[in-house]
Amino acid sequence: MKRELPLAITAAIGVFMILSFFVPHQAVSVPADFLQASAIIVVAFGYVLGGANVLRVNFDGIYKRQPDWPYKILLLAGLIVTFAIGAIDGVEQHGGFLDQGTRSKWIYDNLYSPMSATMFSLLAFFIASAAFRAFRIRTVEAGLLALAALLVMLGRVPVGDLATHWLPAPARLGAIQDWIMNVPQNAAKRAILIGAALGVMATGLRVILGIERSYLSGEE
Amino acid sequence: MSLHLSHDFGIWIGAVLTLFIFSFLYKDNPFYKIAEHLFVGVSAGYYIILYWWTVIVPNLIEPLWKQLAHRDLWTGQPLLQARPGLFAAELGDYRGWLVIPGILGLLLFSRLFGKIGWLSRWSLAMIIGVYAGIKTTGFAQGDFVAQLQASLQPLWKAGDPAFTINSVIFTVGLISSLLFFFFSREHKGTLGVFSRLGVFFLMAGFGAGYGYTVMSRISLLIGRFQFLLDNWLGLR
Amino acid sequence: MPGLEVLEKLDRRWLFLIMGLLVLEPLMFPLALPLTVTRPVQGFVDAIDKVPDGSTVLMSCDYDPSGIPEMVPMTRTAFRHLLGKNCKVVITVLWPGGPGLVDSVLSEVAREFPDKKYGVDWVNLGYKSGNEAVMVVMGQGIANAFPRDYRGLDSRSLPVMREVRDYASFPLLVNISSGYPGTKEWVQQVQARFHLPMVAGVTAVSAPEYYPYLQSGQIRGLLGGMAGAAEYEKARGEKGSATRGMDAQSLGHLFVAFCILLGNLIRRRPAEARS
Repeated sequence: MKRELPLAITAAIGVFMILSFFVPHQAVSVPADFLQASAIIVVAFGYVLGGANVLRVNFDGIYKRQPDWPYKILLLAGLIVTFAIGAIDGVEQHGGFLDQGTRSKWIYDNLYSPMSATMFSLLAFFIASAAFRAFRIRTVEAGLLALAALLVMLGRVPVGDLATHWLPAPARLGAIQDWIMNVPQNAAKRAILIGAALGVMATGLRVILGIERSYLSGEE
Repeated sequence: MSLHLSHDFGIWIGAVLTLFIFSFLYKDNPFYKIAEHLFVGVSAGYYIILYWWTVIVPNLIEPLWKQLAHRDLWTGQPLLQARPGLFAAELGDYRGWLVIPGILGLLLFSRLFGKIGWLSRWSLAMIIGVYAGIKTTGFAQGDFVAQLQASLQPLWKAGDPAFTINSVIFTVGLISSLLFFFFSREHKGTLGVFSRLGVFFLMAGFGAGYGYTVMSRISLLIGRFQFLLDNWLGLR
Repeated sequence: MPGLEVLEKLDRRWLFLIMGLLVLEPLMFPLALPLTVTRPVQGFVDAIDKVPDGSTVLMSCDYDPSGIPEMVPMTRTAFRHLLGKNCKVVITVLWPGGPGLVDSVLSEVAREFPDKKYGVDWVNLGYKSGNEAVMVVMGQGIANAFPRDYRGLDSRSLPVMREVRDYASFPLLVNISSGYPGTKEWVQQVQARFHLPMVAGVTAVSAPEYYPYLQSGQIRGLLGGMAGAAEYEKARGEKGSATRGMDAQSLGHLFVAFCILLGNLIRRRPAEARS
């Protein structure tokens, strides 16, 4: 029940999903569509579980006075207020809680969106720092990587063509960048794509056949 | 150029939080910690309520309610059904059968209670089965077959030497890159030569990827500066 | 050389400051560097131009606020392009952080077309979890996956959705995506399985991996990052935020290239000179 039933469920559903790709008959397509619609619902519960876990972990952190515990109070306050306002707005708007003019939309536009965007924008600074301190050209391969990176970086922006406009068209940075992307880069990426596809197909079959069981968490 | 500060309180909040996060570049500090923890809390709350209103209510609760109460969930208006039956499902209309994903979804929460946590494996098994099947066929058709088909291109076109040269380079690059990933034999002799050539193509690919990554990261910074300059400070 | 010794021990915060200033300056004082429209972007433009006027197009905006600078200009220009052709547009969002942002962008563009009505000429079906599963369910019926739209309205009751059944109802899929789920999944689950023609606008970090799809014809056009968005704006005769950002992009790239070369030059000095 604890291991065999989940493995059997995975195998049966996995085989059925592969079968539905080849068999259009409604005896297969309708149950397959039901399974996919069910997956949409179960995945949503999974995300709600994740949110509930954040609540539990941080309550625990505050109770045990872990480092930075005062900030966790702010975290929980943000969580509970956003959730509560979203719940009220959803009832008022018949589910459209993010519609223009709602309090949830205000939270989304002025708290969630700016902070989400800014967190990722810090990477621009770190990429410059990493380029200076960590990008070592010690081998032929690294040199080739660096050369391709420099040509593409400069050829993709207007300053590249501006600096080489005096050269014949095929020798300009923009044209060189275009050639790198369409020929050697494309060849390498396609090889990786084909190799990765083989890997995913093999892993998918291993999971369906019960050879790969890591999703059962290794418990008894 | 003149300054036109925004009068929108929300924009000011967004700008202040943006500056709080940028302060991390100098060093970790309480302002950054405030923004960071607020972001995690607001995100978690947003995600929970989002999934409730966008999936659990419209895709699960509402269809079940319609079948059990024969009324619209929001307006309470009675609903007439052309085809009665709690379990009389057809494509796209699964009625009472939706109880199954509902129960499986609730079983996921058993993970929070140690002793009965194993019940969540049934839900995980269902998700894994669906996605393993979808992804296997998707990768097989969309990546493997289609990409191999596209690789079988003519190597020569009359009157177009550039096409010929590029096609040959592309094909040699593809084969040598694929051979690099063949580890069933030691990379010696002819295989070793092709494998080394494949490494050069892969390095060109990774270098191009690095160049594009730099573009992406700098774009993110440009976006934030545009928000601060245009929306907050109104510099025109 | 004492200068190189100083550079070797340089506090990275100086690099942060220089990067910040180099990106800020052209945003305040534009250089107006010229742009050239490349072939992948022209393919994107041509694919939308070839869509018969008045048809219903599917547009999937799969991104969140972390992709604003690259994705929002593409969404704006593409939505404007489609509404300008009198196409009806059905929009979906597969990233949980995205629905509010996407709706704001679409509403902002829709205001430029006062004759276009929500629910009649365009609809935002909002977000749905499930990634590839949603895409496959949509293949059996778009409204099956999205029984309610972003605003909480019954999607089947909307006039624009009455003509829409499944992917066969659309001549084109316009996908603007930041990662997973996104272009790759649409190619694998929809283009390969249901043969729906598609074009894609993607972040620069993921653009190189989609060149094989472009070359194979699985996608008919590709916008890569802010540069792609700026070229699309130029092709459509617009001057949006992507075009204004390219000067800053140029200086940023020059600085990173300089950092790579200088970093290696410093560390190429003989070991005894460094000690």
